[in-house]
Amino acid sequence: MATEKKDERLFGRKEINNAFWRSNFWQASWNFERMHALGFLFVMVPFLKKLYPENNEDRRQAMKRHLEFFNTQPFMGSPILGVTAAMEEQRRKGAPIDDGAINGLKVGMMGPLAGVGDPIWWGTARPIIAALGAGLALNGSILGPILFFVLFNVLRVGFRYWSLDYGYRTGTNLIKDMSGGLLQKLTVGSSVLGLFIMGALVNEWTTINVPLVVSRAENPETGEEVVTTVQGILDQLIPGLLPLLLTFLVMWLLRRKVSPLTIILGIFVVGIVGYWLGWLA
Amino acid sequence: MALSTLQIVLLFLVAGIAGMGSVLDEFQMHRPLIACTLTGLVLGDLTTGIIIGGTLEMIALGWMNIGAAQAPDAALASIISTIFVIAGNQDIGAGIALAIPLAAAGQVLTIVARTVTVFFQHGADKAAEEGNFRMIDILHISALFVQALRVAVPALIVALTVGTDAVQNFLGAIPEVIIGGLNVAGGMIVVVGYAMVINMMRTRSLMPFLFLGFTMAAFGDYNLVGMGIIGLVLALLYVQLSPQFNQPAAARTAADPEGSKDSLDDDLDDELD
Repeated sequence: MATEKKDERLFGRKEINNAFWRSNFWQASWNFERMHALGFLFVMVPFLKKLYPENNEDRRQAMKRHLEFFNTQPFMGSPILGVTAAMEEQRRKGAPIDDGAINGLKVGMMGPLAGVGDPIWWGTARPIIAALGAGLALNGSILGPILFFVLFNVLRVGFRYWSLDYGYRTGTNLIKDMSGGLLQKLTVGSSVLGLFIMGALVNEWTTINVPLVVSRAENPETGEEVVTTVQGILDQLIPGLLPLLLTFLVMWLLRRKVSPLTIILGIFVVGIVGYWLGWLA
Repeated sequence: MALSTLQIVLLFLVAGIAGMGSVLDEFQMHRPLIACTLTGLVLGDLTTGIIIGGTLEMIALGWMNIGAAQAPDAALASIISTIFVIAGNQDIGAGIALAIPLAAAGQVLTIVARTVTVFFQHGADKAAEEGNFRMIDILHISALFVQALRVAVPALIVALTVGTDAVQNFLGAIPEVIIGGLNVAGGMIVVVGYAMVINMMRTRSLMPFLFLGFTMAAFGDYNLVGMGIIGLVLALLYVQLSPQFNQPAAARTAADPEGSKDSLDDDLDDELD
């Protein structure tokens, strides 16, 4: 009897759907003190409401429990939310789970999941979809912004819903899934895709033109003047060599903790001076 | 171009939505592709809005909030530079140039707003003491409006002043060499975004893929969709073949010689049959 009751799920579609809806506003109260803390309680509200319908000490303790520091890649919060809901449910049913266990689990998952989520979402999915949209938008096509908005949000919403549900159903087993290497495969795979596309973008969408003339010679047969520019020589070697070198320079500067905005201002200065001297066009 | 009252109200709303999007990072309403397009729509020049959006998006490709580090602010930069270009009659190059200091200013404002919201966090502590769920919802969502105002108020100020002679004269007085130089720089600053993304995923053993992508783009004639498919195939193959992910299988065989002998026998049998 007791085991039967343990397996029974307390949260149905209603709670899951409500928490999912709220998860779209996860970071609304992001603050420097505890980051997603209030946000996490906000998304937990439908679950806690169900577990503690009465305003008693247990409810207040549960609320305080989820106001601890929390921060991860926002979408990766969804599976953590699912697992946390499962743990809260077990605790309510009398399983020996203390505050430390619940917070330990949240903190234990947020780091590794951010480590996977950041390169996948911010390093691969968004830049690639945005580049696709921007390519269309540069020609003034409304398809660009629409494609970006729809594609990214379908992925995001789909992931949020599925992973919340999956996290709740698998509970702490999710940790086993995580260490099974799937996450690592995803990270490496998305890095391969991301780096490949970035290589292509460096080449295609960066324009550096050096019209500086190296030599002028008259073709002895036709009498036409042949002008050789720095750009012409570089293009014969590898088109896009200067953008690649500039990218490596910027990567190096960023690793030296030079702020991106400082680098951008530096490039502005180079652009203006180069244009004035006629070296860049 | 002077803006109508309706346009100013709509700009305030669009800027507010972009400001919320910037902290949420969910729907991506703060990204230049969306924010510039909506601003262009309000100002009656959708196409220009889309083009600025595409140009700025390429620059902002690597701007992302990771952990506690705040990226330059795409929301403020997108909205205000689009107003300058369309309502202030500037060319796109100048608009992009203006976007950069705006992104820096927005970064400062976002840090201020995220400090102000600490008060909401403390309010939530009190609400938890009282077991008040309703108050948690109110506090969480109110904090979002702080972020909306962070972009909407500066946008409103710009929208109200852009039509005035003082601002027009100032914008008109920018010398040609600066505009031309900024246009040249605009072609180059996109690499900052790429560099940020590459640095994030940089693993020595994976760098060949960067060079492969570069070389295929330099000498090949694929569009981005084609490159995406090739990249996806490479990623799948790499994960399938990389020794990094195949060690467990090898270790299993080593640890269980009995099992491997069986399978070897089977193979031999099959061949003999």
